[in-house]
Amino acid sequence: MGLDFSVVPGFFDILLLGALWTIAITVAAALLSFFGGIFFAVIALYAPWFVRLPFRAFEWLFMGTPLLLQLFLIYFGLVQVGIDLPAFVAGVIGLGLHFAVYNSELIQTAIVAVDRGQMEAARTLGLSRGQALRKVVVPQAVRDVIPPIGNNMIALLKDSALVSVIGVSELTLSAQRAIGATYRPFEFYLAAAAVYYVINLGMEAVMRRIERRIRLSR
Amino acid sequence: MDIELMMRVWPFFLKAAWVTIQLSVLTTILGLICGASGAAARLSRLGWLRFLGAAYVSLFRGTPALIQLFILYFGGPQIGIQLDAFEAGVIGLGLNIGAYMTETIRGAIVAIDKGQREAARTLGLSHFQAFRKVTLPQALRLMIRPLGVNINALIKGTALVAAISVIELTYTAQRYIGSTYKPFEMFFLAGVLYMIIIYGTGRGIAWLDRKVRIV
Repeated sequence: MGLDFSVVPGFFDILLLGALWTIAITVAAALLSFFGGIFFAVIALYAPWFVRLPFRAFEWLFMGTPLLLQLFLIYFGLVQVGIDLPAFVAGVIGLGLHFAVYNSELIQTAIVAVDRGQMEAARTLGLSRGQALRKVVVPQAVRDVIPPIGNNMIALLKDSALVSVIGVSELTLSAQRAIGATYRPFEFYLAAAAVYYVINLGMEAVMRRIERRIRLSR
Repeated sequence: MDIELMMRVWPFFLKAAWVTIQLSVLTTILGLICGASGAAARLSRLGWLRFLGAAYVSLFRGTPALIQLFILYFGGPQIGIQLDAFEAGVIGLGLNIGAYMTETIRGAIVAIDKGQREAARTLGLSHFQAFRKVTLPQALRLMIRPLGVNINALIKGTALVAAISVIELTYTAQRYIGSTYKPFEMFFLAGVLYMIIIYGTGRGIAWLDRKVRIV
């Protein structure tokens, strides 16, 4: 069986829809991982020990196991305890939490690196500890790690292909549907790869712009 | 927790962990070969080799590993490449991580001060000798830690081959989740084994890094 790419255009709308879902899940999971990462970092650094220790264990577990396994746990595990999530939501939660843990590691390091004088000055000006963290320390820390967080988000785009395994109709699963109808895996997976590549290039371009703006703002 | 069930399936998880370890080791070897070749190409004096190296890195890092695996395993037969799932897993994951390792290895070589090479050339070493005896030994020390990060990602990445039905840890966990409806127990078993492999490897790499460290 040779290659025949002429079958691909017939499935253009299905692939396009899949690509839109891939973008949607990437954006939703990226937002969750960004704010989740900040939240986790603050917990890891400032919460009392009885919150911090279980949290550390959770972090350790998420960094030491594959994303695919975590997706299976979230999708099938939550059903077990009576929470029946749509695959899309389970996918966003799985991807978002997984990358939140990685973002949290970056943000923790950055928070520790922010000069202590910043916190002291904010406290002197009458801000509470929480306010000082929220308005002075964390924003500076986050700005410092935007580039590596951006790299994580680009990795997230590619890992979003994994949610096809739990049945989210994103780009990979759309390609699989087209293959089911045509038996042309090479052509459609290659087409999907091309679309991922283009989205990836777009994200890289956006990241470069953001990085330049951060540099200029210093 | 259903301890009795966990005891009963434990041997199957151990066997699956052994497959994950085999996958990880073979993929690491192939990844290092691809990474070293890729870095050599990217640092070559020949323009077309540099282009080839850059294209390899960009394409393999710019698309999902899962799709690359699917193209190789499901699409391969269409262009005359017939591989079983395990072979496709090793080759697909190896090519993928090789692109990341290319950048790691290249980064370490580029990080060695130019003066080192120039000094070696001044002392009469050939271009190749200067690289082999001066630049490379220093670069090797620098790249151990970041290669460790690549290997850590690679071990977790071996879970992807569950999608092409290689019976490794994630596939086994998924199968038992489906047949026993005990997701937390099965996740726990697979999780413990993954963490032993991943943190064990991490310790090994940290040891190696300390051992070759100067100062």
